[in-house]
Amino acid sequence: MTTIAELPPGFADKVLSAQSTFRSVMDAMARPGSVQRIVPMAGTPGPMMRGTAAIALTLFDHDTPLWLDARMAESSDVTKWLKFHTGAPVVQDSSVASFALIGDGGTLPSLERFALGTAEYPDRSTTVIVQVDSLASGRSFELRGPGIDGVATLQASVKPFDLFERLHMNEALFPRGIDVVLVADDAVVAIPRTTRIVSKGS
Amino acid sequence: MNAPAYNFAYLDEQTKRMIRRAILKAIAIPGYQVPFASREMPMPYGWGTGGVQVTAAILGPQDVLKVIDQGSDDTTNAISIRKFFAKTAGVATTTATDEATVIQTRHRIPETALNANQVLVYQVPIPEPLRFLEPRETETRRMHALAEYGLMHVKLYEDIARFGHIATAYAYPVKVNARYVMDPSPTPKFDNPKMDNCPALQLFGAGREKRIYAIPPYTQVVSLDFEDHPFEPYRFNAPCALCAAENSYLDEIVTDDKGGRMFVCSDTDYCESRQAAGHHGSLSAAPYKDKAQEAANG
Amino acid sequence: MYVAVKGGERAIENAHRLLAHKRRGDQDVAEISLDQITEQLGLAVDRVMSEGSLYDRELAALAIKQARGDLIEAIFLVRAFRATLPRFGASEPVDTGAMRVQRRVSATFKDIPGGQILGPTFDYTHRLLDPSLAEGFVPEAPAMAEASTAPTPRVTDILGRDGLIESSPEAEDGASVGDLTREPLNFPADRDLRLQNLARGDEGFLLAMGYSTQRGYGRNHPFVGEIRFGEVEVEFVAEDVGFAVPLGAIALTECQMVNQFKGSATEAPCFTRGYGLAFGQSERKTMSMALVDRALRARELGEEALAPAQDEEFVMSHSDNVQATGFVEHLKLPHYVDFQSELGLLRKLRQEFADANAPDAMKEAAE
Repeated sequence: MTTIAELPPGFADKVLSAQSTFRSVMDAMARPGSVQRIVPMAGTPGPMMRGTAAIALTLFDHDTPLWLDARMAESSDVTKWLKFHTGAPVVQDSSVASFALIGDGGTLPSLERFALGTAEYPDRSTTVIVQVDSLASGRSFELRGPGIDGVATLQASVKPFDLFERLHMNEALFPRGIDVVLVADDAVVAIPRTTRIVSKGS
Repeated sequence: MNAPAYNFAYLDEQTKRMIRRAILKAIAIPGYQVPFASREMPMPYGWGTGGVQVTAAILGPQDVLKVIDQGSDDTTNAISIRKFFAKTAGVATTTATDEATVIQTRHRIPETALNANQVLVYQVPIPEPLRFLEPRETETRRMHALAEYGLMHVKLYEDIARFGHIATAYAYPVKVNARYVMDPSPTPKFDNPKMDNCPALQLFGAGREKRIYAIPPYTQVVSLDFEDHPFEPYRFNAPCALCAAENSYLDEIVTDDKGGRMFVCSDTDYCESRQAAGHHGSLSAAPYKDKAQEAANG
Repeated sequence: MYVAVKGGERAIENAHRLLAHKRRGDQDVAEISLDQITEQLGLAVDRVMSEGSLYDRELAALAIKQARGDLIEAIFLVRAFRATLPRFGASEPVDTGAMRVQRRVSATFKDIPGGQILGPTFDYTHRLLDPSLAEGFVPEAPAMAEASTAPTPRVTDILGRDGLIESSPEAEDGASVGDLTREPLNFPADRDLRLQNLARGDEGFLLAMGYSTQRGYGRNHPFVGEIRFGEVEVEFVAEDVGFAVPLGAIALTECQMVNQFKGSATEAPCFTRGYGLAFGQSERKTMSMALVDRALRARELGEEALAPAQDEEFVMSHSDNVQATGFVEHLKLPHYVDFQSELGLLRKLRQEFADANAPDAMKEAAE
């Protein structure tokens, strides 16, 4: 059993760390495929990477229902830490979640099970945060769309292996859709619903 | 008494989180107006509260902030907002477009091309481009959902029938990423082409109407028009009387009551930089320098 | 030669200094104290608390003083301060049936359990300017009596026991309370959000809207079931403590209107309700609010919604005086960039008009 006193800490400076983390995530979302660094440090409970922890402290609160995959949910450190530092309610129904935390991409459920937004309110959709092995090496992908000057390339090692193929559904759904944030340690890459991805092999 | 104590950049952290989440969704859905729970700010609604909330949510100590109103750094509302952030966030401020990392603007886009390290934050009074054609939010929301923009085209075409031109000179509607029709805020249509494929991130905040929207960098922004009546940016007949610029937006200044007029750049930083670089117009004095103010701005 | 106007920063500073000077007025005249405002301009304080959405008499008085008596400006000051306050949660619903009433009148029954209590009111005063109030007036001591312990049940509850009025919606346990200052408003809005909007809404706007329903723009046959003013206890359930903690008492005015009845083949006819609630003593506000609340229920009650007061988007989008004054007053900010755009376009259109309408002879000569 972990007591609250033994939980990994949050940000040392809440205000400035949240601002810095947000700017990294905002830049990632505005420039899909670009690798942004998360600088501020916080404690990392259980399987949570430091980038993921910083994003959670920056964006989650009482108003953001949260869905955890089995890898995250089975760690009582993760659930206690999230409750103590963010207050975000953990929900079982992924279709009402503002955010989803995926610790093991191999078991990622079908993306249709998350909130996709409505035609009137496409913003009411789940932002899926997936921890991946690497955002520096692995297969090569070509990305196009808003935020990208022509073509961007990304080298990444992600699970599930077909994640980007699955995200093709965003094309038909738009303006509804799923926005994905990939985290590898302190590196962050965002794939908003407007980004079109083609695999270039390894 | 419950004496007030204020946070960095004024807004409390819960409010910033809410605005930050809205900004991320706005970037992910270019041109779509994300509803947000706009707060009462210590300046009146209609005076830039939306832009101020967006700026407060993104601003950090490493930023350099520029604030313009009508293109000028020295209009009273621009000064007031710049001082607000200098006081509540302690950020460095500048009037030089190329030194700024965050530029908050009302009614203009700077003449100097923006770069990829910059964020342009627009103050927006009425974010809904369809509002003057259909006052009901429930209706306009449905039109956006269905991408049903016929009403807007009818309005523009009626202009052509009556005046021979599209009679919209500012807040000229655009289509973003070939999907959402968007209000660019009351910028002159002269500025519309600058929004297209811009390297900087463009964020729009409407405080009273409680909406945030965005144009990501390098995104297609097309001014609405017709094949036989293509969009024409506004052109001036004469260069700036101070810096001789031929492709900047000009303010008309009434110089006497006998019909005297002169035209000068509305972007004061652009105009002063050009004068400092030796460009002189027909009526230019020596480049204006307010030493006391420069010292005060540090 | 031309030099652009500069020095805006100094102009602003000087303007603020002048404002502070004007606010103080003639310094040979004693400065007004916050106590004087809370004690002697109490209804102004009540209005600022209500529309400012913050129950704090002292801050409201400070805002009134700072705003030089401009109540909308004072409301704005209070709202801007309120927006920065941390939020711990929502109080338990207050029980206005248990109010310690100072004033209570019903227009629907001659006598009611607990009695009609006229209390401090302008009603039945003759509106004659009173020179004796100008200075040194010492009022007579008010008539005093032992506070009655008789319960004062709400008139609508009395009607409700016989099923003559629609039942008041029951609070749902655990259901969250809507808050339009925390979540963006969407239409159609539920009644909790509508009432919140009206409670914060401008008294003058609501008065005009309520009045319009009486003149036939969405008529709803109102009777004042009851207006009561007095103090109620406020309680808050703190999660860590696990029970309701009393926070203190606040003064409230409540107005329950009894309106036009409804009924159908499947439902016995009964009166309907309109509701108004405000901080302090604010009768005009709560009565207007109740009229507009009832008007906004048109669709829910199967009535045709044709009048402005029945139009939810219209009422809710324009009731807030802080929003309204900001946008109206922003017209005095510089608009010369967009005006220039219009000017250029207008000149071009006029030139084209002149060319097209020039006499043929001149056209030919020109060609």
